[in-house]
Amino acid sequence: MPSKVFFVPIILCLGFFTLSCNEQLDLKPAQEIDEFTALESDANIKRVLIGAYANLRKSDLWGGRILLYSEMLAANNEIRWEGTFTQPREMLNKSILTNNTFVTDTWLSAYNTINITNNILNAITIVKEEDQDKVKGEALFIRGVVYFELAKLYGLPYIAGNTDTNLAIPLILTPSRGGKNGGVVERHSVEKVYQQIIADLTNAEQLLPETNDIFASSYAASAILSRVYLQVGDFASARDAANRSINLAIANDKKLMANYMDVFNNESDGPEDIFAIQVNSQDPENAMHLFYSTPEFGGRDGDVSILQNHLDLYEAEDDRLEQYQERAAGIRTNKWRDQYTNVKIIRLAELYLTRAEANFREGTSIGATPLDDINRIRKRVSLLEKSNINLEDILKERKLELAHEGHILHDLKRTKVAIVDNNNPELSYSFDNPKLIFPIPLRELSANIKLIQNPGY
Amino acid sequence: MRSNIFIVLVVLLVSPLLGLAQNVTISGTVISDDNGMGIPGVSIGIKESGKSTVTDISGRYELSLDSKETIICSYLGFIPQEILVKNKTEINIRLVPNLNSLDEIVVVGYGSVNKPDLTGNVSKIEGDEIANIPVPNFQDALQGRLAGVFVASSSGKLGDGVKIRIRGTTSISAGNDPLYIIDGIPVTTAGSIDNSNPMSMINMGDIASINVLKDAAAASIYGARGSNGVVVITTKKGISGNTKFNVGIQRGISSPTRKMDFLNASQYVELFREAGYNNDLAANKDPLNNPQDYPGSDLQYVENRLDQYAGHSDWREGTINTNWQDQAFNGDAGVTNVNFSASGGDEKTRFYLSSAYDKQDGILIRNDFERISGRLNFDHNVSERFRFGANFSLTRTVTNSLPSDNQFNSPMQLVALAPISPIRDLDGELTDRPTTTYYNNLIDSENSSWSTTSLRNINSVYGELNVAKNLTFRSEFGLDNLVQNDDRFFGSRTATGQSSNGYGSSRWLKIATYNTNNFFTYQPFLQGPHKLEATLGMSFQKSENRFTSVDGQEFPLDGLTTLKSAAEIVDGLSTLTKTSFLSYFTRVNYKLDGKYLLALSARYDGSSRFGKSEKYGFFPAGSLGWIVSEEDFLKGNPYLSFFKVRTSFGITGNALIGDFDHMGLYEPLPYGLTPGLSPTQIANPNLTWETTQQFDFGLEFGLLEDRFTGEIDFYNKVTRDLLLLVPVPSTTGFETQRQNIGKMQNYGIEVLLHSINYSNTNFVWKSSFNFARNINRVRALSKDQSAIPPPYSSYLNGIYVDQPMAVFFGPKYAGVDAANGDALYFKDEAQTETTNDYNTAARLFLGSPNPDFIGGLTNELSYKNLDLVFLLQGVYGNKIYEAAGGYYANNANWFDNNTVAQMERWQEPGDLTDVPQARLGFCNGCSASSRYLSDGSYLRLKTISLAYNFPKKWNEKLKINNAKIYIIAQNMLTFTKYNGWDPEVGTEALSNSFANANLFQGVDLYSAPQAKTYSIGLNLGF
Repeated sequence: MPSKVFFVPIILCLGFFTLSCNEQLDLKPAQEIDEFTALESDANIKRVLIGAYANLRKSDLWGGRILLYSEMLAANNEIRWEGTFTQPREMLNKSILTNNTFVTDTWLSAYNTINITNNILNAITIVKEEDQDKVKGEALFIRGVVYFELAKLYGLPYIAGNTDTNLAIPLILTPSRGGKNGGVVERHSVEKVYQQIIADLTNAEQLLPETNDIFASSYAASAILSRVYLQVGDFASARDAANRSINLAIANDKKLMANYMDVFNNESDGPEDIFAIQVNSQDPENAMHLFYSTPEFGGRDGDVSILQNHLDLYEAEDDRLEQYQERAAGIRTNKWRDQYTNVKIIRLAELYLTRAEANFREGTSIGATPLDDINRIRKRVSLLEKSNINLEDILKERKLELAHEGHILHDLKRTKVAIVDNNNPELSYSFDNPKLIFPIPLRELSANIKLIQNPGY
Repeated sequence: MRSNIFIVLVVLLVSPLLGLAQNVTISGTVISDDNGMGIPGVSIGIKESGKSTVTDISGRYELSLDSKETIICSYLGFIPQEILVKNKTEINIRLVPNLNSLDEIVVVGYGSVNKPDLTGNVSKIEGDEIANIPVPNFQDALQGRLAGVFVASSSGKLGDGVKIRIRGTTSISAGNDPLYIIDGIPVTTAGSIDNSNPMSMINMGDIASINVLKDAAAASIYGARGSNGVVVITTKKGISGNTKFNVGIQRGISSPTRKMDFLNASQYVELFREAGYNNDLAANKDPLNNPQDYPGSDLQYVENRLDQYAGHSDWREGTINTNWQDQAFNGDAGVTNVNFSASGGDEKTRFYLSSAYDKQDGILIRNDFERISGRLNFDHNVSERFRFGANFSLTRTVTNSLPSDNQFNSPMQLVALAPISPIRDLDGELTDRPTTTYYNNLIDSENSSWSTTSLRNINSVYGELNVAKNLTFRSEFGLDNLVQNDDRFFGSRTATGQSSNGYGSSRWLKIATYNTNNFFTYQPFLQGPHKLEATLGMSFQKSENRFTSVDGQEFPLDGLTTLKSAAEIVDGLSTLTKTSFLSYFTRVNYKLDGKYLLALSARYDGSSRFGKSEKYGFFPAGSLGWIVSEEDFLKGNPYLSFFKVRTSFGITGNALIGDFDHMGLYEPLPYGLTPGLSPTQIANPNLTWETTQQFDFGLEFGLLEDRFTGEIDFYNKVTRDLLLLVPVPSTTGFETQRQNIGKMQNYGIEVLLHSINYSNTNFVWKSSFNFARNINRVRALSKDQSAIPPPYSSYLNGIYVDQPMAVFFGPKYAGVDAANGDALYFKDEAQTETTNDYNTAARLFLGSPNPDFIGGLTNELSYKNLDLVFLLQGVYGNKIYEAAGGYYANNANWFDNNTVAQMERWQEPGDLTDVPQARLGFCNGCSASSRYLSDGSYLRLKTISLAYNFPKKWNEKLKINNAKIYIIAQNMLTFTKYNGWDPEVGTEALSNSFANANLFQGVDLYSAPQAKTYSIGLNLGF
């Protein structure tokens, strides 16, 4: 009966396969780790904090698009969108579709970043005690600035009033983890959201170290805080925050650079950078460079051109005119010319301008007189120093100094200046026109029944 | 049973003619049309007297009869013939094989069955039917040949994937591709670099047959991977006897099936100047009549742009008129194929050996494909009880690849450039921006290289042992090793490498899949009317995907293209991912009385892809069949020679999702060169298979001695617990979560008919027709969710309950306001009111990208030594969205060249047209709407071939067995109303995930048309 002899190895074989294979069903990913491992130790949580910065730096957020949105919505017939992308064109034309992918992606990345910070804050006790303040401060800084950007883009401006009834965005302050998702929440009021932003940033300013390399420092937090106070029209607080930031930054070797154009196209943070997004060839995204630069510098085809209306605003001897150059058959700004250079988020010059404006409005001279602060800016670009100034001068100086850096929309809104339509100069949009804010993304409305769409969409 | 399949001779009454008859002796040889060899044992009967004889070993016969009588020549598996003797004394008969033959062997999972005993639905095609078709992969050759199997290649670009859908789309967010089994081993079908098609590495000439398992009875033995159908491929085997050699050679030329009409230089200038001027008029300026209005006007802006785009020339003189579309196509496109095979052996050992070379020069520039393949299959009988064998194959392909359709350096995007732009400047250099509107990607042709080399080795070995009488144990082990290397270099003049002195990248991929099947087959000899066959076994598969890439830039010169020369390495990574399946399966086939059939099968499947609590799934199926024609009341019926009804029900699964979708995960994400971690995925520990319940009812019949056979199937396929990427509020920090939720239904009918319309010794005409109607409906999404709207503003595909998957949804274009030239959209569902405001237009269902029905009709005509075969193939009822229409059919919204149809634009009040007024930068009607949807139905003369078989005399002289010379044309004629290039389209640019590939159906985004190919070829057998 040789058949029995054959049975033995066959059965052994099958048994072996079955036993050894069963374990083979428990495979682990090689590129990712489990969420609980990611938040279980001091070292891991600090890595997650870096991850929060990495999300903040995405092109949808501070990697450049947030700056571009401001420029497009407030193009004011001073710049023009010439690229093929329809998303910025819709912003320029004030006819944004509710499924505009830029609008959607920014929303998605923002809440992703917020969730990371909430996870860190939730697990903060696991962090070594001596590092807790720093880690917590950085997480609060990131959460605060992301909410600030969302509030400005997706809600009516604070200055438009009705802050208790006008809707900003949903505030989420707890983490989602372990398969649970409780994200079906309503939009909170403009007032509530701004209170949270101010709380987060104030808290961050106190917890953060004086300097912190490329990461958020105390003076970065107070610098952003001064912007927030400008938006809510609290000039005294804006002045004080700017002044605190200036003093601390100067004490840590920050200063205005001698030559205006040296400020831009840096691979690492310069003396004037209060906070910048790090860009390098390993991590190359810089949406402002992509759209503002030209092919020979690694950009697209020169998607944004600067119009004569804008150039006419400068005095002839202004060094800042040096930034304009004809490339790819149009006038371009050199502020975003080079590839792999940092995205400027906030620089010292802005703080002088904020302090000047706030001092002027409050009739004070904390830190310096408004005149001194303005002349500091003018002197650097070879302009004659002024002997007296008014609010209009201050705001114009601010506009030209910070041109093409993503400030214009929010400055025009808070100063209640209407924005001229690019296509029809007779048409303009008042500062609180709902067309100057984004729609709540369509995908979000269908995933969250509690959300209410913005007026005008 | 078997005896019933013997063809019954039918005797018809003929009135004999008296007095003229005389006795003669006739003789001759009966040969097979297949190989020209004599057939022994053929029955030669006299119709009138019923007297008969059979042919001898060499096929010869001799018979004496009356000269007025008729002989009938019949043999199993061949079409019978009747021949009037007249006064001939020698009658040689060529018998044509009856491919309708109902008793063919059908390969199913872990075994095979005779077709009449089959209770499931399996479509089969022989390798020889498709062997000579000049297409780069066997999938393209299946189009229109199998009922209910929808095949479409994404474009005419070589190396792209082919979409195959068997009985519709079952999943929303998981994969819908069938499982491919080659010689018993599931092979790698996805995960290759840039989604290149791993199936193009199979040499078509090696395929013996392709069996497509469609219903649950057939597919559920593959359990968790059976929902999308199973394509079972067997490769050729040696047959004992003299060694036979086959040599084939083919050479052909290709061109695009269709081209579109774009504006010429003067039309371009006219349209764009008008677009700028219209803007000025709207802003109360008239730069043409009031020169002071000119500075700063849009007309000036346009003319400046025209100056820019005209380069060294002057657009006002019209000296340059470039047809950029023509530049995208390769004038030297064509195909070359050379193949060789040898097969033979003796009673103990049999072998099949082959080698083939294929070269396709694509219809697009910079795109070609080369394949060199070799195979050795052998089987050896050690003893009566034990045999083993192995299949080895090795294939190397080299593709000169192209970027995705949405990239500026994809050749088809050249159509966007202005016809006033010269191709080269006065120095003979290719022009680029700012002279060209966008990157002139012809520079890529001179200054870049992109080559993807793949090496694939599919090996399997088996041993089979008769453990006891009636009990066989078979063990199979297979290894599928795919290695790909993708090297790209973009020189210092290309858009990609311009700012960094060149950009290069090198990618390596290795996908190793090993699989083992071990199973028993039990075929007891039972007394009485019972017949039983049972299979029981297990299978384990593990797959490992390793990928490495390095990117670098700053090259000293364009001649040095490997990354050693890069001064700066900008990116580098390696990844590893694994997946495994462990399965147990069983099947019992029972037959009672030769006419009642029962089959039961089940599979218990475990996979690493699912959550801890839901690792295993159970997939049973049962089926019944009744061969009615075996019943006494039908047996011997001269009209209905075969009739069977069958029905099946079963459960299959789908596991085509990411390897670790059930886990909550953080991935590395650095900032400022510091390592960090960032969450990517929300957990779902309960994640498991999506399950499809399929019911099938089928009829099979044969009429008039099986001259006319057919199959009709009705099915209903309901997929539950979809592996849906459910959109979650992103305030959770996540966009989607993979959940088992939702329901999809596919139901329909399939018809398959074969007929021998006419046959005699000299002329045979056969037809084969297939038709399938599939109705696909999304039945449920997640709780409280009735829609997943189109995610991007420039596309229309969405997912809606009770609508077909990926239905087009959006504003319906209502034409042009005759009063002012505004683009209009319907404002309400009833389509009574219109608006010029795109945002307030009603969102309506605009049509489905899925065809209502698909079909194919093959006709084979052979007259003496000539064979003519043609296949008509078509799809009906689907819509195609031209996603690039917003760029090239936008009445001069921006400076992309427009189609000639845009010249029909509205110009003055009262104009009745569908093309709105040209307004630069105002997007008058350029947003995604039904304006860019058109009917995707088409009918195509897919394949037509004419072959001449050398007569026997020549063959003898040349000392060969057979020879055939043929011409073949692929995609020769296409009838369609589609507005774009070619209606067989579906851009790959958006298919970066299963979910997106399922959603963005029927989208044409500068996708290349299909290739039309004319070839001539020669096959020799000796």
